[in-house]
Amino acid sequence: MGLFDRHAGLLDAYRDVRMTGADPFQIRMERVLSPTEAIINGKKTLLVGTNNYFGLTFDPSCMEAAIEAIRAEGTGTTGSRIANGSYSEHVALEQEIAEFYGKKHCMVFTTGYQANLGVISTLVGPDDFLLIDADSHASIYDACKQTQAEVVRFKHNDPSSLDARLRRLGDKPGNRLVVLEGIYSMLGDSAPLKEFIAVCKKYNAYVLIDEAHSLGALGEHGRGLCESAGVLDDCHFIVGTFSKTLGAIGGYCVSDDPDFDILRVTTRSYMFTASLPPSIVASVRQALRIVKAHPELRTKLWDNVAALYDGLAAQGFKLGPEHGPVVGVHLPDRMTAIGFWRAMLDAGVYVNVAVPPATPNGVSLLRCSVSAAHSHEQIAQMIDVMTGIGRQLGVLGNTPKLRVVGSSR
Amino acid sequence: MSDTHTGEPPLLRTAQNMIVENDDIADTIVLRRPPARAEVMAEICRQLEPFQADDGRAITGATVISKDLSIDSLAVMDMVMDLEDQFDVSIPMNVVAEIHTVDELADTILALSARR
Repeated sequence: MGLFDRHAGLLDAYRDVRMTGADPFQIRMERVLSPTEAIINGKKTLLVGTNNYFGLTFDPSCMEAAIEAIRAEGTGTTGSRIANGSYSEHVALEQEIAEFYGKKHCMVFTTGYQANLGVISTLVGPDDFLLIDADSHASIYDACKQTQAEVVRFKHNDPSSLDARLRRLGDKPGNRLVVLEGIYSMLGDSAPLKEFIAVCKKYNAYVLIDEAHSLGALGEHGRGLCESAGVLDDCHFIVGTFSKTLGAIGGYCVSDDPDFDILRVTTRSYMFTASLPPSIVASVRQALRIVKAHPELRTKLWDNVAALYDGLAAQGFKLGPEHGPVVGVHLPDRMTAIGFWRAMLDAGVYVNVAVPPATPNGVSLLRCSVSAAHSHEQIAQMIDVMTGIGRQLGVLGNTPKLRVVGSSR
Repeated sequence: MSDTHTGEPPLLRTAQNMIVENDDIADTIVLRRPPARAEVMAEICRQLEPFQADDGRAITGATVISKDLSIDSLAVMDMVMDLEDQFDVSIPMNVVAEIHTVDELADTILALSARR
């Protein structure tokens, strides 16, 4: 048996995808022009699938900060912080994020994936219990593979399902850690965090929330769902990423636990990988200043979300259950989703295609992510293109419907 | 499938839901008995029916869930969550990973219910 034989089923499925004439998993941006435009297949294309929620990737002050840092400290750190030491800027960034949340401690990771992977798998050990939402991100599932704790899944966004599972643990000794996400990356829906926190308190469970898609987007200061739900003090660990709203790459975890720093010498994804380069640290610090100083970006983002979500819903598209910076458009099956995606690209609009097994409940989606940098015209263009193709492909009826159709979940 | 199946968790028919009052705290206690094997098998088969192979082979205890049926790993885990709630047990993810056949799944549920 060959090494690749076990992937035979996936290879067949992938061949089907490529037969449509474009490979959504190997898209090439020939040139990125701005947070909302790139040249793809020789054509100027509108980007509605880049998680660039505040459009900061081309912010002049962030770019200047990165360039200055390269001149001052070079291109990379060439090693991990445990082996090669930290730069002052790593420590400054950690202090600034801790202050942003009003928490005592912060650890910065090289990616958001590594933050979840390392922190979650290390916080719980043998005889502990890890409880995760069924729709958790891959980084959380991978942490489940690494940890020695017992892992139990509960139904997506269902506090009563979590309650039942914590209740069944009874008086078994061992810590309980519950992992939630502020905004889920496929359908853009938020966790009912207040209700979840109440359940966690009832059973004395620790709470870790991943604010990857909600940093900047939610809360009066942009701290995420923990802030907008008014439960920041009840979230023992908050994880997030620099790769979305902050326009770079990297991850973090903040906490008030006095012994938090021990994770620096126990978390493998922190210890055994090179630390963030100075340019990234510098641009992230500047982007965080912008998030604090410009709440109007959040307003603009949600205005655009409302325009896109309501516009698509009015045309009769079946969408995720609520407004969110991610707008997931349900399509009947995998091949329709891929054909739809291809037609949109030909029409000059780039979105993400998400098909099983990467999606919850086996749904096929076009995943759109909205930016504060999108203009009204761009959002209108997006709705027009999508509606036209929806009619051509028979996904929409010919008469626009005015009812919003929520998710069936 | 079985007409008697109501979608409710198995309850002792003779038992009432008892309200225990303790000052300001009220808890509902539902008395349960461990389910019979036939009951567990019937429920698993009902859940798996939509994923039955095209050749019409019946689902039996020896059916290998990931191989003999058209069900992906995520759908298996979702089905397990439903079974967990039906029979009021939790099956840890690493235990699910080691379950191959319908019999093994039924045995796991029965063993966990007995330990409750």
